[in-house]
Amino acid sequence: MIDEISEEIATKPVVSEHAGDEKIGVKISVKDLDFFYGSTQALYNNTLDIFGNRVTAIIGPSGCGKSTHIRVYNRIFELYRGQRVSGAVLMDGHDILSPDQDVIELRRKIGMIFQKPTPFPMTVFENVAYGLRLHYKVSKSELTGRVELALRDAALWEEVKDKQGEPGLALSGGQQQRLCIARAIAVEPEVLLMDEPTSAIDPLATAKIEELVEQLKSKYTIVIVTHNMQQAARISDYTAFFYQGKIIEFGRTKQIFTKPAKKQTEDYITGRFG
Amino acid sequence: MIPRSARGRMAVDRTIKVLSTFFSLLALVALGWILFAVLARGMGAINLQFFTKLPTPPGMAGGGLGNAILGTGIITAIATILGVPIGLLGGVYLAEFGADSRLATATRFTSNVLMGTPSIIIGVFVYTILVLPRGQFSGYAGAVALSIIMLPVIARTTEDMLALVPNALRESALALGAPRWKVTLGVVFRAARNGLVTGALLAVARVSGETAPLLFTALNSPFWPESIMRPMPNLTVTIFNYAMSPFADWKAMAWGASLLIMAAVLVLAVGSRIVFRQKST
Repeated sequence: MIDEISEEIATKPVVSEHAGDEKIGVKISVKDLDFFYGSTQALYNNTLDIFGNRVTAIIGPSGCGKSTHIRVYNRIFELYRGQRVSGAVLMDGHDILSPDQDVIELRRKIGMIFQKPTPFPMTVFENVAYGLRLHYKVSKSELTGRVELALRDAALWEEVKDKQGEPGLALSGGQQQRLCIARAIAVEPEVLLMDEPTSAIDPLATAKIEELVEQLKSKYTIVIVTHNMQQAARISDYTAFFYQGKIIEFGRTKQIFTKPAKKQTEDYITGRFG
Repeated sequence: MIPRSARGRMAVDRTIKVLSTFFSLLALVALGWILFAVLARGMGAINLQFFTKLPTPPGMAGGGLGNAILGTGIITAIATILGVPIGLLGGVYLAEFGADSRLATATRFTSNVLMGTPSIIIGVFVYTILVLPRGQFSGYAGAVALSIIMLPVIARTTEDMLALVPNALRESALALGAPRWKVTLGVVFRAARNGLVTGALLAVARVSGETAPLLFTALNSPFWPESIMRPMPNLTVTIFNYAMSPFADWKAMAWGASLLIMAAVLVLAVGSRIVFRQKST
């Protein structure tokens, strides 16, 4: 059964069964996605299902289009002239690429964490409050509570509860990244996109963030781009292997790492290239 | 192959080093000389009256340049109020919105040209559009002339400073669902704050010594400034007039005024450096 999944999934959406009798739904369904930087095509015919409340890892060698792919989900690529996309990205059945999609609301629902921590040049508290104030009308006391909750959920509260008035940039790199996670989850998103969130962070802080990802998936659907295959194997439920803008293989992480269906996948995970 | 002689290479190296050191010292000496001369000759004119009193006719003891100091303050303040917002927003357009668009390229080019335009031309320009039609010189026209000189300086430093803000910061604010204008004002400006303040201070320093544009616009006046719609006393034109006068006490006043302007520019320049070096929060 498991062996069949990967071949099928590349072409049509599959609702996988999960251990136990819990049903998992498809949160995001990507269909025939092509992406262009000017006249250069970067993604070819990407078709992929992201399952709700699961961690999906996107792996592949540098320049294979991993980041480009997830930057379509929140339409952040639109910031740049000449970047365009065709195909469909359905979130809960609605195409987020359609012109009537409100981008602001989309970005509230889909949070993003970047490679380098990007705390805003303001206090720890203000960093987390920033998004809350953008999207919600909150009283001061409610704001304080919401910020605390977000910091707790990002496993940062104990470390910063007494320095909420200090600049976010004064925290350590790992703390800064968790601050960014707190900032992203404060607005109650449904999906978290993480673009190599630990590549600029030391191993101990990385372990903390991996642990956090594990906890967060009960509430959020997580898509994580990573260069680190051990990381993908450790924290993800599903893995997509990208190569030269194409999705070579997608399936259960366990299966991808133990019995990959494609030769290219095997070559990459065994370190023969990439 | 015969190896090149090391002796020749070392001699050239030494010559270049000596020459460049000599010329940088020469520049330093020239600057030091000016500072020293202005300080030595100007100090004598500076006293309390210098700041509080009106100028007196030649030969009469006492008197000061209180009116010109106040006038220069008013003109520079109005020029700053006019020039900073426009220059700042222009810079924001160039860095955040225009990028490589045709309008942005044209704006960048014209502001470069404007930066290199002799200030007297800007003075004559404002003279024809603001002074001639009303038939009267005015402090307001002077402020407009100075603000035009400030514009390109502020626009370009703003663009440069905003360009230093990492793109990831913009992206993360946008990815949080912030509209573009909020990202610019709330996040990017905050990250670039020190640089922006520095740019504005340097622009103020740049115009506070301008004489030619004021000669055609604010002119000068021996009285206290009463209205910005009338000729307004100011330090630089006063220096110009007094320095050319045959009277020893007026000449002394001109030295005093020079010292004051020099000190003000120095404070602005040093102040802007301190602001720029401060760690942004």
